Amino acid sequence: MGNDMNITIDDNQLTFEPGETILEVAQRNGIYIPTLCHLKGTTPTGACRICVVEVKGAGKLVESCAAPASSGMEIFTESAKVVKARKEIIRLMLASGNHNCAARNFEIEDWTDFQMKVMAEEGAEQLCPVWGDCKLQDLAYRYQVDTKDMPPAAGKYPMEKVNPFIVRDFSRCILCGRCVKACKEVQVNNAIDFGYRGSETKIVAGTDVPLKDSNCVFCGECVDVCPVGALVFKPALPVDRSRKVEKVRSTCAFCGVGCQISIHTEENRIVRIEGAGRDIPPNCGSLCVKGRFGYDFVGSDERLTTPLIKENGNFRNASWKEAFDLVAEKLTGIKDQFGPQALGVLTSARITNEENYIAQKFARAALKTNNIDHCARL
Amino acid sequence: MTNTISDIEKADTIIVMGSNTTENHPVLSSFVKRASLNGKTLIVIDPRKIVLTHHADKWLRLQPGSDIALINALMHVIIKEDLYDRDFVERRTENFEALAETVEKYSPGHVSKISGVDADDIIEAARLYAKAARGSILYCMGITQHITGTDNVKSLANLAMLCGNLGIEGGGVNPLRGQNNVQGACDMGGLPNVFTAYRKVDDDSARQSYENAWQVTDLPSKPGHPVTEMVDMAEKGTLKSLYVIGENPLVSDPDLNHAEKAFGNLDFLVVQDIFLTETAKTADVVLPAFCFAEKEGTFTNTERRVQRVRKAVEAPGYAKEDWKIICEVAGRMGYRMNYTDSREIFEEIAAVTPSYAGITWDRIEEEGIHWPCPTGDHPGTPILHTEQFTRGKGAFFAVEHASPAEMTNDEYPFILTTGRVLYHYHTGSMTMKTKGLNELAAECFVEISPGDAEQLDLQNDDMAKVTSRRGTITAKVQVSSMAVDGTIFIPFHFGKAAANRLTNAKLDPVAKIPELKICAIKVEKAAA
Ligand code: SF4
Ligand code: SF4
Ligand code: SF4
Ligand code: FES
Repeated sequence: MGNDMNITIDDNQLTFEPGETILEVAQRNGIYIPTLCHLKGTTPTGACRICVVEVKGAGKLVESCAAPASSGMEIFTESAKVVKARKEIIRLMLASGNHNCAARNFEIEDWTDFQMKVMAEEGAEQLCPVWGDCKLQDLAYRYQVDTKDMPPAAGKYPMEKVNPFIVRDFSRCILCGRCVKACKEVQVNNAIDFGYRGSETKIVAGTDVPLKDSNCVFCGECVDVCPVGALVFKPALPVDRSRKVEKVRSTCAFCGVGCQISIHTEENRIVRIEGAGRDIPPNCGSLCVKGRFGYDFVGSDERLTTPLIKENGNFRNASWKEAFDLVAEKLTGIKDQFGPQALGVLTSARITNEENYIAQKFARAALKTNNIDHCARL
Repeated sequence: MTNTISDIEKADTIIVMGSNTTENHPVLSSFVKRASLNGKTLIVIDPRKIVLTHHADKWLRLQPGSDIALINALMHVIIKEDLYDRDFVERRTENFEALAETVEKYSPGHVSKISGVDADDIIEAARLYAKAARGSILYCMGITQHITGTDNVKSLANLAMLCGNLGIEGGGVNPLRGQNNVQGACDMGGLPNVFTAYRKVDDDSARQSYENAWQVTDLPSKPGHPVTEMVDMAEKGTLKSLYVIGENPLVSDPDLNHAEKAFGNLDFLVVQDIFLTETAKTADVVLPAFCFAEKEGTFTNTERRVQRVRKAVEAPGYAKEDWKIICEVAGRMGYRMNYTDSREIFEEIAAVTPSYAGITWDRIEEEGIHWPCPTGDHPGTPILHTEQFTRGKGAFFAVEHASPAEMTNDEYPFILTTGRVLYHYHTGSMTMKTKGLNELAAECFVEISPGDAEQLDLQNDDMAKVTSRRGTITAKVQVSSMAVDGTIFIPFHFGKAAANRLTNAKLDPVAKIPELKICAIKVEKAAA
């Protein structure tokens, strides 16, 4: 070895680092190889085989996500043999479950028209909620897999909806195992695993109990990595594709980890929160149940919307001018009569740095007291 | 934290002490669990059998309040077996002899009697930490919420310095900050004794520079009172008014019955918040504010990383941004505070705060920066103390074990320790608005060991009446393998059965943190 850490991928001369897989070399050089089960940062399983490539001299196609690059390899990522294998894999996956999106063969122009057709189909109760955001669908389209006479197969196991946050639709599960990797190796919650055997295989929580009765802590990592519509976030249902979704990058407002989030809104309403991205620290895409699902308070109708002034023991609505005048007058009065030491300010670990800065400046420069603190110690 | 979150996975041995990480810092806990999965050594020191103990190589179950004794015993072993980092101790620290002399008394055998931890386990844990090339210590309020909180923290710093685990990747003494912007609130001078960047209010030159920057004279030079003392002053009548922003002390404060009385005694209470919280209900004036999703600004996370907060939706009704409300009040009191937006405020912060001086909103557009960041081309400081400590050499503080403020007796035979659950946040004013979270954690509970439950004739879902010297609450029994005989856990989130009616407001004399983690209680079956 030593000086010849070289391989060729589709006629490109490339170098690799020791231990790199073929997939990693390709990705680093912007060469596309499809993947389904591969999850960065976890041990490869070779479960789906969609990432196979042809290596000159090797008898069989090899899984690029698991195979380490080695000197002198000549690799073809889209040879006829590779494409044929991928088509077959996709066909089998589509045939294995209720993938009613692809069964129409992509001749659809108009969304509504398509939706109507799907709804009319026997057994297709509802269009898959991840339509348009599904890796299997993308691949079926890319490789033009013909599924004309393939009726969506009925699910072997019933859908699980008995928790507030996650819907498990086993009829769309392609058993890629990404969710298991995410749960066991990324979040390390060990709530789910492969269960049963052969054609009975199923992703089970604990001893095949509902998620809410297992070790699951509803972090949502598994849903995030599921390439298809087998795991979906319940609060985001039903999906309404006529609405425009906007995304804003921000920071989670709960604990001090400061996870980076992407807030999805529709018409001034938060509809979903996701991790900002797998490469963005500190959370690298992960979130917890509070950060991911705890956003209802923002649009709650219990929010305060107007200043309130208490009179005879009851609050009444007030204008800002009234409220400001009253607060300023009272604080000034107390300061004049009892001195600034009789005033105190509690600022907050919830508000921004900018606001904390203003609060302490107010206490010190305007009220002339250092009686300022927050409840961080509690 | 002296180190970063991603650094945790680089440690060879990790000690987690007084932190129920999987519930309170869930995403950070996955870094700890992954480290353990990948063969790193994890030692959990906690009175409860928390989830993290299932991932740990060793769980030291210590008696609440015996932290210092236990840490001293670890150091006793490390010094005795000559496992400490001589080079680091010589080059970078001072006062080692005093430490060695103090910990000499804390033999594993002796401490085993105080802490309830097996002497062999103490020895083994000491070796695992000391022999690791990189050792990280993570701690949280299980360390700080004691009358000895400051000394507890000093002890952990002693341990880390002794083994040369400061200033290196994968090392550090890492406090996990509870609320999203605790770090920022402290950095910004939301404390009675310091301006931004911890510059002391009784330091004349610091005061002078703020007087210039703020164009004011006579900034007060005497340190103010921390929240816990302000409550006492209100009760005595020397504090007449409180202006409370985004906090709910009437659920989160210790000894609530006392706090309620004190708040009731105020002449004028202003509460600025997003909901009509328990505290807001008692106010004279309530001012509606924006929540995080409605405004622009920055938060500073537990690893000192300054990160952007951005507006995603419009605020409801007539609510206003917190800073605008405060500036309006200040203006009416004769002090002008005018800003066009919060970016302009941040620029002023950078101008008066050395550790933030090099940070701009543009620089943190994509990724936050760890302070200290003194100049515009400084990359930030992910790891503190790499060359030297703030004060030059790191000083060991020899500290002695002291008993908790309140001990159990025949009348109050159990120890109560309070904390949080995964599904709720602080006093629940935000998380309890999400139905699903309430479904998963509906109400307060009394976590009790199977042994204690049997002795008290309590079963799951029975109602238990829990009484301390200060108050009584009633909540559902949860018999749990997490609890250890003699120690009972109650989460404090729930206003309806507020654990803080029971807790003790006795303070750590330096940090003024109340001893929320220990008080003596009795438990009875409540009449159905
Ligand atoms: S649920 Fe999704 S991620 Fe899990 S095995 Fe099935 S398809 Fe893969
Ligand atoms: S939500 Fe989290 S804990 Fe639950 S199964 Fe998915 S990854 Fe595992
Ligand atoms: S998502 Fe969870 S772990 Fe991350 S900052 Fe929010 S509350 Fe903390
Ligand atoms: S992605 Fe390589 S085998 Fe699935």
